Amino acid sequence: MDSIAGKKSGLTWAVHISVAALVLLWIFPTLGLFVSSFRTGDQITASGWWKALFPSEQNEQFRAADPEDNRELIDGVYVVAGNVYVEAGKVDDPADVAADVSAWGVSSREISAYAPGETADMGEGETMTVQANGDYVWLGSDEQISGRAPRIFVTALSPPDFTLQNYNNVLFDPANREGMTKAFFNTLTVTIPATIIPILIAAFAAYALAWMDFPGRALLIAAVVGLLVVPLQLALIPLLKIHNDIGIGKGYLGVWLAHTGFGLPLAIYLLRNYMVGLPKDIIENAKVDGATDFQIFTKIILPLSFPALASFAIFQFLWTWNDLLVAMVFLIDSSGETTVMTRQIVELLGTRGGDWEILATSAFVSIAVPLGVFFAMQKYLVRGLLAGSVK
Amino acid sequence: MNPALQGLLMIIIGVGGCVGYFYGANVFLDKVLYPASGPNAGRNINRANMIRPWVFLFPAMAALGLYLAYPVVETLRMSFTERLSGGREQFVGFDNYSQMFGEPKFREALRNNMLWLIIVPAMSTALGLLAAQLTDRIRWGNIAKSIIFMPMAISFVGAAVIFKLIYEARPIDVQQIGVLNAVYMQLGGAEPQQWLTIPLWNNLFLMVVLVWIQTGFAMVILSAALRGIPEETIEAAIIDGANPFQIFFKIKVPQIMGTIVVVWTTITITVLKVFDIVFAMTNGQWETQVLANYMYDKMFRANDWGMGSAAAMVIMLLVMPILVWNVYNARKEMR
Repeated sequence: MDSIAGKKSGLTWAVHISVAALVLLWIFPTLGLFVSSFRTGDQITASGWWKALFPSEQNEQFRAADPEDNRELIDGVYVVAGNVYVEAGKVDDPADVAADVSAWGVSSREISAYAPGETADMGEGETMTVQANGDYVWLGSDEQISGRAPRIFVTALSPPDFTLQNYNNVLFDPANREGMTKAFFNTLTVTIPATIIPILIAAFAAYALAWMDFPGRALLIAAVVGLLVVPLQLALIPLLKIHNDIGIGKGYLGVWLAHTGFGLPLAIYLLRNYMVGLPKDIIENAKVDGATDFQIFTKIILPLSFPALASFAIFQFLWTWNDLLVAMVFLIDSSGETTVMTRQIVELLGTRGGDWEILATSAFVSIAVPLGVFFAMQKYLVRGLLAGSVK
Repeated sequence: MNPALQGLLMIIIGVGGCVGYFYGANVFLDKVLYPASGPNAGRNINRANMIRPWVFLFPAMAALGLYLAYPVVETLRMSFTERLSGGREQFVGFDNYSQMFGEPKFREALRNNMLWLIIVPAMSTALGLLAAQLTDRIRWGNIAKSIIFMPMAISFVGAAVIFKLIYEARPIDVQQIGVLNAVYMQLGGAEPQQWLTIPLWNNLFLMVVLVWIQTGFAMVILSAALRGIPEETIEAAIIDGANPFQIFFKIKVPQIMGTIVVVWTTITITVLKVFDIVFAMTNGQWETQVLANYMYDKMFRANDWGMGSAAAMVIMLLVMPILVWNVYNARKEMR
């Protein structure tokens, strides 16, 4: 269409820039959570996550090596030499140090008194020299180079520093303090049956509404369209009452049934619209050849409807995975054993509101699965959206 | 029993039960009830075919009836009653409604919902239309679309955490870790703001979350509609000397008006049901209450089913025009 529209180069640039701005604006929030989940709690509270992507100026405090074990006598003076980063366990070899010391000091009041390579006079011949890569030399008499080693304050440009520790804590901590591992499996337990069962029920109904002739068909289709928009808020109390009366109470069975009921209108609507569009000839030919409706459905319609089935499956999966309300009403009892991830995250927001490393990681764990499904099956999702919005 | 195992069992029972039901009912119909043989073979086939649709429809109709249709009626009935001790109920007429309309918290929820209803669909549709129009014109448009569409997959709760980080406020003397406050301080703000506690504005900050999620939806639908516009109309406009803005607003937008309305109403319904975002981010404090959360409060915190049902009926009432419109259109289309 561009060639017809006689594109103007100036405008094209404007388009590129505006789209880039939109995309950045849209990915920025998610990126923030993603980056934060790889930082320690201290790092998150020390600086904004957007600074974590670039080398940043950081003030750190080290201590020279213990003189008892490390001092050497060279030319009549005692020497302790080493590298602050190696001794702090950040790197194994001085050659690997990625930080670039811009200033350092030996007193907490003057943490950046010296430039790298300069020598600090600590009085009566005791000196300290720190290089840009964190190498230091501490010189002095027998008396001076003993006891407790001096502190070294370093201001350095440090490279981005990320850790997997948060994921380890949230997912593999044996004590499971955040409760996310259990919640993850609970969510999965809710989601899979709640996705599969409505598909099956809806497929049969959709076939009947699309290809079988019976009185009241139009009315039923209208009813399905109407039920599409009924807010599920209305269903909460009456259904909870029924569930309690027939003894299901709160639990997986109840939440599966509820999700099935709430998902059905969209399922029937999507599948019917798709099945109606299938070529009439195939079905009539099959009928002439003596196939029953049941055979036509299982052997012809079902395989041909795969794209529509996939579309609905993604919808239902995303919806049940991300759901909070239905799970809170029909599933989670006072014991909290059956809590799902969304509920657990809301809980964490309340109890650990400031611990962003836990929050970000937990939230990202729950987001990761739907995102994976989204990117893998985007085609079907788009197709479903286009078919599902009531025209 | 282990829930995972229970889930697996449920899948097997559920799926097996469904398949068994459909297969069994068919066999029963064809072989036992009206066999297609013997003296009445012809009549039997006709009868079986009359019943078969209902066999196919029965599970779906039962579930829809029990899980959606019946609750509407039951909630309506409950909104006129009050629960007494011992599980008895008493008919109280419109008492629940009048009591509810007298509550400041309800009026606040109603006001906020109106704000949501105006702002979120408008913003999402406008941004979606903009994104659709722009991304259709460039080569990497599909990647851009994927990214703008991505929040659709993120739960409201996840989005709430994401945006809480953005709105985070730290004391004035340390670095800001929330983007909004960092920018605000950079622009010369006096002190970091607790964005979610500033009445009226905080509603906007909550709405941003939903706009962020729904824009992708609007974009996908509108993009398909834009592609469906006949090229001749655009060519004709170009020949007549229309500039790109005139083409967009005078030629394209009027032709996809129907789709815009569909997108708008669909987002409207989502907005009416919005619960998770408010529940997770403010829980209705600082004057951010909305109807769905108000209803949840009444039903499950205050345990007042009568008023909770009345609040649910208000939501239903607001959805009603869209419901009627959809049914009307669907029937028109089928003819």
